[in-house]
Amino acid sequence: MKITRIGRVSAVALVGALALSACGSDDNSTGSGDSTGSTSAGGTGAGAAGGDAGCGTKAITAEGSTAQDNAIQEAISGFESVCADQKVTYNATGSGDGIKKFIAGQVSFAGSDSALKSTDGKTEAQDAAKACGSPAWNIPMVTGPISIAYNLKGVDKLTLTPALLADIFQGKITTWNDPQIVAVNKGVTLPATPIKPFFRSDESGTTENFTKYLKGSAAAKWAAEPAKKWAGKGEGKAKTAGVASAVKGTEGGITYAEWGAAKDNKLGIAQIDNGAGAVELTGESAGKAIAAAKVDGQGNDLKLKLNYATKEAGTYPIVLVTYEIVCSKYKDAQTAKGVKAFLNHFASADAQKKIEEIGYAPLPDEIRSKVSTAINAIQ
Amino acid sequence: MSSVTGVSVTDETPDSDGRDPLPGDNASTGRLGDRLFGGAARGAGIVVVALVTLIGVFLLVQAVPSLADNHENFLTSQKWDVSDADNLGFGIARLLWVTVISSVLAMLIAVPLGVCIALFITHYAPRVLAKPAAILVDLLAAVPSIVYGLWGAIVVGQYFEPVQSFFIAALGWIPLFEDTGASAASTIAFVSVVLAIMILPIVTALSREVFAQTPTAHKEAALALGATKWEMIRTAVLPFGRPGVISAAMLGLGRALGETIAVMFIVSSLPDGAPWSWSIFNGGETFASKIANNAGEFDSPSKTGAYISAGLVLFVLTFVVNAIARIVIERRKAFTE
Amino acid sequence: MSTLDTTSGSVPQTARLTSGLGPKSSSRAIKDRAATVVMWLAFLIAMVPLVWILATVVMKGGSLLLHADWWTHSQQGITNREEGGGAAHAIQGTLIQAAMTALIAVPIGVLTAVYLVEYGGGRFKRVVSFMVDILTGVPSIVAALFVYAVWITTLGFDRMAFAVCLALVLLMVPVVVRSTEEMLKLVPNELREASYALGVPKWKTITKVVLPTAFSGIVTGVLLGLARVMGETAPLLILAPYFRSISTNLFDGLMGTLPTMINAGRDNMAIEANSERVWASACTLIVLILVLNLLGRLISRFNKLDR
Repeated sequence: MKITRIGRVSAVALVGALALSACGSDDNSTGSGDSTGSTSAGGTGAGAAGGDAGCGTKAITAEGSTAQDNAIQEAISGFESVCADQKVTYNATGSGDGIKKFIAGQVSFAGSDSALKSTDGKTEAQDAAKACGSPAWNIPMVTGPISIAYNLKGVDKLTLTPALLADIFQGKITTWNDPQIVAVNKGVTLPATPIKPFFRSDESGTTENFTKYLKGSAAAKWAAEPAKKWAGKGEGKAKTAGVASAVKGTEGGITYAEWGAAKDNKLGIAQIDNGAGAVELTGESAGKAIAAAKVDGQGNDLKLKLNYATKEAGTYPIVLVTYEIVCSKYKDAQTAKGVKAFLNHFASADAQKKIEEIGYAPLPDEIRSKVSTAINAIQ
Repeated sequence: MSSVTGVSVTDETPDSDGRDPLPGDNASTGRLGDRLFGGAARGAGIVVVALVTLIGVFLLVQAVPSLADNHENFLTSQKWDVSDADNLGFGIARLLWVTVISSVLAMLIAVPLGVCIALFITHYAPRVLAKPAAILVDLLAAVPSIVYGLWGAIVVGQYFEPVQSFFIAALGWIPLFEDTGASAASTIAFVSVVLAIMILPIVTALSREVFAQTPTAHKEAALALGATKWEMIRTAVLPFGRPGVISAAMLGLGRALGETIAVMFIVSSLPDGAPWSWSIFNGGETFASKIANNAGEFDSPSKTGAYISAGLVLFVLTFVVNAIARIVIERRKAFTE
Repeated sequence: MSTLDTTSGSVPQTARLTSGLGPKSSSRAIKDRAATVVMWLAFLIAMVPLVWILATVVMKGGSLLLHADWWTHSQQGITNREEGGGAAHAIQGTLIQAAMTALIAVPIGVLTAVYLVEYGGGRFKRVVSFMVDILTGVPSIVAALFVYAVWITTLGFDRMAFAVCLALVLLMVPVVVRSTEEMLKLVPNELREASYALGVPKWKTITKVVLPTAFSGIVTGVLLGLARVMGETAPLLILAPYFRSISTNLFDGLMGTLPTMINAGRDNMAIEANSERVWASACTLIVLILVLNLLGRLISRFNKLDR
């Protein structure tokens, strides 16, 4: 019977370990001053959110796009000082999943790299409206420029055109000192290193937007229809992390990746010449692409139509817009309050400026004012 | 005992007295308790059989509609285009080749190494070292595959470059070692090395088990005839252990075939329409890594069905490999009993 | 394990015997020496990756494990760039899922083993035994796809942590069956005979005599089985995406686990704070698995049945 006792002791120990770990905490408010200073912080932030009453009392959950994950986590972190007691969680499971959950009524809002579709036999917009009991709005919130990241020793400045990009990513231009590349990079000594293009092996919105750009600006060279699955050549790597670290480890490598990833990995970032001179990727130049976009939706539905072939000077054309998809009228008033408070914080000049540091472009002012009108119209 | 690997080649050997366990039928009185408990035990057995059957059936049922809509040859096509439900075109030729070659290569590395380590533990290590050595090798099985993947992709990959260059320079004229320009940290050859490390504890544990069972009489007879230790091992231990080693190799192969995360982290995938290459210094995807990499995008039944059909092939593949391992063990038992 | 003791004990004896058998030709002696060197080398080669991995994980992330926050806080509100927060949500998720998996897998596994050893006979026993072997070899991704096909496609449920448990059950059952089976076989028949002789019915003999005798061995098997499934990632990728806050409901919403925490963090390995967290999660996962393994071995040490 001694054996049995030992077994029991171990079982008790296991249960004990479980019980111990079950008392973790979600409270990660930074700094010790927070607990005492929360009221005053709430006071200063109240301009936007309208004090504690404006925060809503229901926890907000959202789900969707992975592209905006870093940005929204930053916003959630900052939101703690506005509404200390309001908990917002965001799950980056992919745009498709986010929309599905939104339509099923399981999340307060969804993040998506493309607006709700209502054409081509898709009924996302109608389904979402049915779930809300009111029209659903697409609110552009995060601009993620897609950088052309490369790794080439001794080359700090590189300019590429849509036609060159199309050729490189289809394996038609294979060395860095190809005359066509040299022609647009006068004054830069390019080595004879072979070009190694990397692409996303998983289906991704980044691939879709990049191919939309190639198709939109170099249709003659890029024949494939834009899709989430890569249609060019090269070596495939899983996720942004995969392509970015592959380029980092490969002399002569090139890829398309979120700006943040290129910056974090300290990769070279190519300037893009759409026909009006080379444009460096900055928050401002990418923001211009958003400012130049046409609003395609009605009223407060701010669906954008980007012009990838734009020839406006100083505009960086390869951008990805992540929308927050919300109900125009929530069934639950507290949820509406919470969503409004959070999105207002996210769209504030402060929060938008913060996400520029981690590789996103802030919304340009004219779009931002439309966005905040829309957010304030949420009921 | 079956330790960390969860499998054993000596499971079915009779107990120490050579007797089968008591049937105990005459103790069963047909009482309610007996019927209930016996029924529950039998029920659990049925559940296990049902589970395996259901895996096959469910995968098949879900794969069939997509396979019917597939306009490519499922077995020979190299294409994988499932984004358009009305125009499905997918084949497993590439997946099958990469899965099989990477696993076989891993087996070729792990089996000789594992056998040597097993011999070391059972016959060469000083007595105080044998048990710790066995535990250390088992520790390799305690490292989760995601950690192997991370370690392989981020830490080790760079050191594989010279190895790959050496092989390409020396044997590049053989299609198997052809240079495809893929970077060393992301080739089939490199992932095979990582897979080999992952299956090493399985191969070692199982080989160890059978080597340890070599009848002392056989070994002493060899030594008495003047054999050196190595000759004793070659003439007595290895022949005795051969079926065990073969089944260990098969079980290791089965594990390698289904390995997911490490492969997904390490190997580059190829774009559609890339030229066919037999080279192990090329990228590619295995069944498992392809499925896992696209798991986030299972948004339509036809697409899901295509991936499930790939899973089905993997299931059949591992089924066959494991069945072979089992048969070899059975025959060994017939031989030893 | 124990078989090993007897042989490694007997070999040195027999080896000593041979040295008295006269001189051997030099080439044979060289071969023998070479074989010895190869065996040692093989073992040392195997130690390279082990030491390398453990050193990497500990050096890159080990220090975080020393902070109390790591064990008590989640990642709620912590961005990739920020230090701080912990892995409580993931550790908890991993343990909860493991516990749920064990809750389902242990009864099935133990009962199947009881059937195989105490009841089974004839053809059906061989079928069950064969199927257990096949189940042992089912890749985790196939188990996950199967659960996806049943739970999500056919039954129409959402992705949830419980679905992961179901997939893990498939992987854990065969381990439990095999280790329990082995232990039950080691229970001396005299015990059963004595019990039957006293007129105790078979089911009571099994539950009151056989299973308690084999108990610690079974617990060891369960712990080793748990250690095996806890590090599985493939089912998690397909069935339950990562969640950065604490969640204890297996049936609703997402749940963070250590493997998915590693997988999610891999996207930003270039950021120092995040990469340290990833290695720390890897380290935590290995520590958890090692603790289970050690616990299993410790309990097996008290096992009187071990051969």
